[in-house]
Amino acid sequence: MGLIAREIESRGIPTLSMSSALSITAAANPPRAVYLDYPLGHTAGKVGDADNQMAVMQATLSAFSEMSEPGSIKKLPFRWSGNDDWKDTVMRPSLNKASSSGQTSSHSPNHKDDRTQRHADPQYQSGEDAAAADPNCPGCIFLEDSK
Amino acid sequence: MSESAESPPIDYIQRTRDQYDSLGYPPYSWFHSDSQAPFAPLQKPLNECRVGLIASGGIYQHGQIAFHYKDDISYRVIDTRTTNDALRATHFAYDLTDARQDPNVVFPLETLRQCVTQGMIGSLGPQAYTFMGGIYSTRKVVNILAPALADRVQKDEVDVVLLVPV
Repeated sequence: MGLIAREIESRGIPTLSMSSALSITAAANPPRAVYLDYPLGHTAGKVGDADNQMAVMQATLSAFSEMSEPGSIKKLPFRWSGNDDWKDTVMRPSLNKASSSGQTSSHSPNHKDDRTQRHADPQYQSGEDAAAADPNCPGCIFLEDSK
Repeated sequence: MSESAESPPIDYIQRTRDQYDSLGYPPYSWFHSDSQAPFAPLQKPLNECRVGLIASGGIYQHGQIAFHYKDDISYRVIDTRTTNDALRATHFAYDLTDARQDPNVVFPLETLRQCVTQGMIGSLGPQAYTFMGGIYSTRKVVNILAPALADRVQKDEVDVVLLVPV
């Protein structure tokens, strides 16, 4: 997303990127960013919590107005919960399994790849969505790779 | 319940490296920019701005073709009047449970409409744009997707753009 922010900004339109992955955003170095220390999948706030989502957006928008240095990243003053235990097992299948299997080595060849398979056909939320999809969908833009 | 001290941000680059390493895969190459970011100053207060929205959480609208999981560089055009009940989420890299229950967690369209109502921003662009993220090819993003989305927001004549990755 940082690449897209840079492209838009280079055309004279100010951008602000929201982020819950500080290291990735810092590496991509977008013009302006806010960092929300929540689990991935909650970049704009907590599920079903309109007050939290609005508070996050208010803080985001006020940061937008205040930033004047290229590459600024402002940490937003929100915390997911009273402790940060959720951070311990993210992308660490070995730790997720450690309690049951006793397996702790991060270099075990027995590690299972638990990432989602990269299917090349559309992945619908439901079968009903698949049936309802318009094959000529005007809002679906498939870009050609000219190379 | 007492609060414990805050732990540092998760280093997702390091954790991806660890995960790929433990699986015996070559390292994933995150995009890293060495050059200073371009910077276009805000030209007017946000409450006078027309705001564009671009999100990468795999959001599509009921009736649209869903994204696939293999370097999908397509995007979807979503009318900014679209309500939550018509939005869907699909992605390979994050837990979709909450996004499917409440798309605002990764695609804050309803929240931004509230911001318009409350006068925090002037208006929204006519359309929001969504894509998949997790694209392996930096070249495809730089040469194809980024210019295409920049063309769209320019054409929409928005004053600022909010980008929401997952």
